[in-house]
Amino acid sequence: MNGRGLARAVLALVLAGLVLPIAAGLWLTARAAVGILPAIGADRLSLAPWRMLAEMPGLSTSLGLTLRTGLAATALALVLSLALAIALWRRGRRGRLLGPLLAAPHAAMAIGLAFLLAPSGWIARALSPWATGWDRPPDLDSVNDAAGLALIVGLVVKEVPFLTLVTLSAFGRLPVARDLAAARALGYGAGVAWAKVILPQLWPLLRLPLCAVLAYGLSNVEMAMILGPAQPPTLAVLVARGFTVPDLAHRLPATAAALTLAGIVASAILTLMALERLAGAAGRAWLRRGGRGRAAAPLLRVAVAGAWATLGLGFLALAALILWSLARRWTWPDLWPSGLSLRAWTAPGLTWADPARTTLSLALAATLLSLLLAILWLEAEDRARRPRAGWAEALIYLPLILPQVAFLFGLNIALLSAGAGPGWAAVLWGHALFVFPYVMIALSAPWRALDPDLIRSAAALGAGPNRRLLAVKLPCLLHPILTASAIGFGVSVALYLPTLALGGGRVATLTTEAVTLASGADRRVLGVTATLQAALPWAVYALAATVPALLHRHRRGLRGGGR
Amino acid sequence: MTLELRELTVLSGSLRLLPPVSLTVAPGQVATVMGPSGIGKSTLLDAVGGHLAPGFRLTGRVLLDGRDVTDLPAEARRIGLIFQDARLFPHLSVGDNLAFGLAAGRRDRKAAVAAALAEAGLAGFEKRDPATLSGGERARAALMRSLLAEPLALLLDEPFSRLDASLRANIRAFTFDHLKTEGIPALLVTHDAEDAADAAATGGPVLQL
Repeated sequence: MNGRGLARAVLALVLAGLVLPIAAGLWLTARAAVGILPAIGADRLSLAPWRMLAEMPGLSTSLGLTLRTGLAATALALVLSLALAIALWRRGRRGRLLGPLLAAPHAAMAIGLAFLLAPSGWIARALSPWATGWDRPPDLDSVNDAAGLALIVGLVVKEVPFLTLVTLSAFGRLPVARDLAAARALGYGAGVAWAKVILPQLWPLLRLPLCAVLAYGLSNVEMAMILGPAQPPTLAVLVARGFTVPDLAHRLPATAAALTLAGIVASAILTLMALERLAGAAGRAWLRRGGRGRAAAPLLRVAVAGAWATLGLGFLALAALILWSLARRWTWPDLWPSGLSLRAWTAPGLTWADPARTTLSLALAATLLSLLLAILWLEAEDRARRPRAGWAEALIYLPLILPQVAFLFGLNIALLSAGAGPGWAAVLWGHALFVFPYVMIALSAPWRALDPDLIRSAAALGAGPNRRLLAVKLPCLLHPILTASAIGFGVSVALYLPTLALGGGRVATLTTEAVTLASGADRRVLGVTATLQAALPWAVYALAATVPALLHRHRRGLRGGGR
Repeated sequence: MTLELRELTVLSGSLRLLPPVSLTVAPGQVATVMGPSGIGKSTLLDAVGGHLAPGFRLTGRVLLDGRDVTDLPAEARRIGLIFQDARLFPHLSVGDNLAFGLAAGRRDRKAAVAAALAEAGLAGFEKRDPATLSGGERARAALMRSLLAEPLALLLDEPFSRLDASLRANIRAFTFDHLKTEGIPALLVTHDAEDAADAAATGGPVLQL
């Protein structure tokens, strides 16, 4: 197939598989919000759903909570990760220690943090009774607090590793060392040089990932269910509940709430763009004044300390998961369990085995599908000899920026009315919607960075497009391909809402099990499920790092940076 | 084999990146392309070899033995290409790099590769990692890889510029001798006066951009 033909075929595939379902889901959600949902017998155009939503008790609290947690977590995560990325870059580190935190699913991290922060959690145990005087767990709401502080902490702990790694990889694509040296030779202090010279170059590379973080912060369901307040919850939880409770009367106001949430996310992103303009203008004025700011930056140090504390919290949370899954007895206020055992893992029935199998099959299939599509897309771009259009780039990010609740339940309705029942295949498709963007993003930069002269050499030696792809590009890109697969695998394992919405309650993964168990199951059982949920991505990440090192052990030119 | 360029220019939009170039290179001759940085020497080689980046447009003709190859894709032109860093494929052994160049249907592949390696003074290097070769070894391996593809013409993009002075003369002589023996016309981009002098000695024209 020639370049144009292939490009068109891939585009058609992406449109049909990715854009169409999202559009259909949004459309059905919007229709239901004006009273049309034939599945439950609603067929009259009316504003009743909105009235029902407005009359819902605690709605304004929900709205406030959603905005506060989403915005605060995003802002905090941005500041901390910028500081951390600068600190790591200065030490020549590439942030490999962030891997386990990045790979751990949101739900597992949230459960681990709950084990840490709860009144009977690890932190309270460490301080009791010698410092606090508590001889039994205090009556505090340190998780599920009405202000949403625990939820903010959870979001920050999960997003800082992501944004830090994105920033570090952006530093790799910018002439950071050279520009810093130039600025400092002109007398600019280190902190000011970063702010005036590097940040403006960094921002365009950070904009879309930050939008994804903002959208997730405002619209995530599983972290808000585990760490956020229960009554009233965030808007996203309100929507998810409205769609999953047996009482059909809740469906219509839930669609109105879903559209409200989509509006909130859109406004937040537009506000971010406006802020960007403002900050740009202010920044230029500041630049032109030429202040050198030679004083050390104490603010930066505070932020770096905050970032390390965040990471510490994340690692402690994961440790708490593992420890609880192995605890024989762990009574208050002991710092350690009184004995370790595998009893929770080997309990009769092995309740974790079926969800683990489903998780694994979904993640493998979704990753393979997405990887294939991503390689086809990138190769089609090469063959059509055209760079990616702006709208195509936006298309890839679409599923990450739209709130999941705004289209997933609509998509479920569409599937039902098309006669395709919920189940494994529908969930697989839902997973691919979110895995594909991450695989595509992870693979695009290394794909384009591949030395074009290698490809020219191959062509000059008579290798046609297919041979260039199979014999040169793919082997040279083995490491990034496996990394992208690991990321995709991790995303799939972590997905909660798509599994819930498209599985119709029939597809149980480790994630849906963990979220269900989080509301009151034995901590040991919960620890097993959450540990396993985190361990699957860890294992795949480790594999993705080991396989190229083994296969390429005699090829120094491909040992990425390991010279 | 003869390489002929007729009124070859490269356009980016309406901007002309090269003055029209016309020249003929006879078998075994090395034509030299000289000129300051940024004048479009590498663009000329890309145009001849069929490697122009998207957005560039070519006018004029490229002929091999009178056959017009202007509209063929790079892999169908049979025009070899050698860079200053040799660009051996990092994932393949030295032997597999050479085998990559061999025509698909050719028999006795192992023997052909071994013979080419021996000719380049690299006998027994089949299993070596290209990243462990010295600059001179890499340059000779790259030339052998190109020759195994039986090219009708060869493009040399400053292939000697990373080598130190003594090695440079040696590799240059090695390369030019092979071109002469096989009767392959070549186009050499260089900044170096000695490169140009040796190329002129083959009887090839000099093009000053």
